[in-house]
Amino acid sequence: MILHDFISYDVLRVIWWALLGGLLIAFALTDGFDMGVGALLPFVARTDVERRIVINTVGPVWEGNQVWFILGGGAIFAAFPPLYAVSFSGFYLAMFVILAALIVRPVAFKYRSKRDGARWRETWDWALFAGGAVPALIFGVAVGNVLQGVPFELTPDLFSRYEGAYYAKFIGLLNPFALLAGAVSLAMLITHGAAWLVLKTDGIVAQRARRIGTVTGFLTMAGYGLAGLWLAVGIKGYALADAAVSNGPSNPLYSEVLRTGSWLSAYSERPWIAIAPVLGFLGMGMALHGMQQGGGGRSLLWSKLGIFGAISSVGLTMFPFILPSSINPRSSLTVWDSSSSHQTLFVMLVATAIFLPIILAYTAWVYKVLWGKVTEADVTDSDSAY
Amino acid sequence: MELDIVELSRLQFAMTAMYHFLFVPLTLGLSVIVAIMETVYVMTGRPIWRQMTKFWGLLFGINFALGVATGITMEFQFGMNWSYFSHYVGDIFGAPLALEGLMAFFLEATFVGLFFFGWDKLSKTAHLVVAWLVAIGSNFSALWILIANGWMQNPVGAEFNPDTMRMEMTSFFEVMFNSVAQAKFVHTVSAGYVTAAVFVLGVSAWYLLKGRHVELARRSITVAASFGLASALSVVVLGDESGYDASHNQKMKLAAIEGMWETEPAPAPFNLIGFPDQEARETHYTIQIPIVMGLIGSRSLTTEIPGINELVAESEDRIRSGIVAYDALMTIREQRDATPQSVRDTFETHGDNLGYAFLLKRYIDDPRDATEAQIQQASNDTIPHVWPLFWAFRIMVALGFGFIGVMLYFFWRSSFRGQTYPRWALRGAVAIIPAPWIAAELGWIVSEYGRQPWTVDGILPTALSVSHLSVADLALTLAGFMLFYTILFIVEIGLMLKYIRKGPFQDVEETEEWTARHEHRLRTHDGKGPFAPEPAE
Repeated sequence: MILHDFISYDVLRVIWWALLGGLLIAFALTDGFDMGVGALLPFVARTDVERRIVINTVGPVWEGNQVWFILGGGAIFAAFPPLYAVSFSGFYLAMFVILAALIVRPVAFKYRSKRDGARWRETWDWALFAGGAVPALIFGVAVGNVLQGVPFELTPDLFSRYEGAYYAKFIGLLNPFALLAGAVSLAMLITHGAAWLVLKTDGIVAQRARRIGTVTGFLTMAGYGLAGLWLAVGIKGYALADAAVSNGPSNPLYSEVLRTGSWLSAYSERPWIAIAPVLGFLGMGMALHGMQQGGGGRSLLWSKLGIFGAISSVGLTMFPFILPSSINPRSSLTVWDSSSSHQTLFVMLVATAIFLPIILAYTAWVYKVLWGKVTEADVTDSDSAY
Repeated sequence: MELDIVELSRLQFAMTAMYHFLFVPLTLGLSVIVAIMETVYVMTGRPIWRQMTKFWGLLFGINFALGVATGITMEFQFGMNWSYFSHYVGDIFGAPLALEGLMAFFLEATFVGLFFFGWDKLSKTAHLVVAWLVAIGSNFSALWILIANGWMQNPVGAEFNPDTMRMEMTSFFEVMFNSVAQAKFVHTVSAGYVTAAVFVLGVSAWYLLKGRHVELARRSITVAASFGLASALSVVVLGDESGYDASHNQKMKLAAIEGMWETEPAPAPFNLIGFPDQEARETHYTIQIPIVMGLIGSRSLTTEIPGINELVAESEDRIRSGIVAYDALMTIREQRDATPQSVRDTFETHGDNLGYAFLLKRYIDDPRDATEAQIQQASNDTIPHVWPLFWAFRIMVALGFGFIGVMLYFFWRSSFRGQTYPRWALRGAVAIIPAPWIAAELGWIVSEYGRQPWTVDGILPTALSVSHLSVADLALTLAGFMLFYTILFIVEIGLMLKYIRKGPFQDVEETEEWTARHEHRLRTHDGKGPFAPEPAE
């Protein structure tokens, strides 16, 4: 097969880097509001009927939304195997906590309303809360740690080793900057979930969602701005020592990495990337504004723009780095040296080009079928509602 | 036994995978059975078929939730616990996993919500399409994950790249149309169909015994028996195909399953029963059927099937050749572009055996320094643990033939005896509900335990595939998974039983009215209930 030579290796690597970012963003845009709704559940809904209304706004769609995360995992494995190998084993216990939350969530959705009894339902409501809030927080914490560098190094066999005892590895993730990033991520997704609830519900639930969303929307903007400042003054960035070899073999040890400047020097080298944080602020600000005005649909769209801006600003700031190493910068993974082979990237791109539009089309159709607000009658009259 | 990182990682993978596979086969089969029932509903317009669709669909949903929940672990566990495996073969292994997400997970997960929520929002036909899309999605996911697994059994379409220290894909088509993967796919999916058929049969039989929901139960038995019969035949035929493939790709696994230590003259006999003894390298007290092994393994009367001892000797040769390859690899890695052509040629010749040199890494860091004793030990390591394979295989096959018998019987009663069933048969059908799960789990033990000591056959040893973790890391997550999974399992079984006891509760009035209106036609030929006449006292 020489078909893959039609697209050069470096171009494919950049496309896949962008696609992974796209998957992560799609996950945050869709499952983000499911997690936000989960985190809001105990606070916006007090009675059982209110809670069922809230749960049923996402009931039919959360499962499809979550697949963006699963696909993200598969795509990292296929397109950047070293990233998959190093990050998931490095963030071992954090990954376990995320998995635990995501294991409980599907079951909570399906099983909660299948039995009466206040204690049964209360327990699953807390499971839904944890299933939303915990991953939202940890994803942010992970991003915060990646920006500071992760304590791993590669042996000449490209086996990845980590520094520190297992508990230190977990506690070490919870440093101040990472916690700030986690808080931003949590607040951002709660705002997103609140905008969704304003769109999909009426009355007291929508009112409460609006009130909480306004506060978390403000916190998101403040936290995001603070994290930017912190990045400018408090955290060292990474840079390739020599000109990048963008068509070479995927071996991270072949390139030298320096840790001297600031991450934000990327903005003087590529001024156009400033558009990402600008969109982030704009989207979050307008979502906040829309929430105060009471428009759920518009806020949701603006919130999506805000999330898009915020996540892409992280990726664009770090480019070409994906996972920098704090203990041995030379082991750092970049777009140029931790991808799959030329052929695998090409085959997977063809498959994605065929199936992604199909997925988007039928997902859109399902949302259209389910369009409209969820009311009390919807959950009490139906024998299939959650 | 002291558990180390490798043992704990294996235990965790085995535990989470086997637990996941408690839910997968039922999802695979029940999604299709439900779609078949809804097809009948749309074609005939009879409300009882809609009630059946909703009832079995509800049980499908309870099971599906845990299939999804436990599947999430599987997608990320390779990176968490099998970091070096992920690096070393991710270029090939990752692709089917991502394709599984693109082609299958989205399909089933997006439409499963609409299946439950869409009854009033969609036209009859549109809802039927949704039901089939869920079924197709589930079955596609089995296809891709078995292509990934098939590659671990028979790694085709890939070669080693010294620059990146990993295997890289050379032909996507070879990976996709890997014969082992294709046979495994049909075998596994059919096993899922049998599981669902036995489940539907058993639950319906219980209703008949209780005299409840007779119309629903009778129809369900008819669907389950015909669908189950076709599937049970397919499981056995494709299982045989897998056996034939194993003889080409995994001779050691085949020999171990057979407990065949010495190469027998062709055509080899099949050990029906025996007691394999790993220490003495002998299988005691065998009862043999002549010729059969030769037929299964080679489809010929003249081809020899190698025994374990011969294969160990072969492994030893390959380890020695692997050491030469390893030496060449070290030179290539040091000198990179300046490597002399002669060294590259050496690697070209011996590179296929590199994985065998890695078997020595359990005992020594640099395989080139291995002692004679260590090489012997590593060759002996290539023998999997024989007796569990020997017995797991035999029980699985016996159950497989048993299912054909059961399905054949119920198919005959439902087609030619007016859907009447003796009580003993109904009781039997309830009793065998767990059997397909046992067969399926034993099948995975044969397949994966039999692949040891490799994660990827002949390429990467299990001992080398793990992550840099501590025993504490693994113990903590293993305990966590066990705790979570046990709680969820109890909750799931509780809900299943609750809804089975409750019986169909949707569309009740409409169905009863229809049943009453058509009662004269619904009677069986003897005008009595669903039970066959008791034998005269």
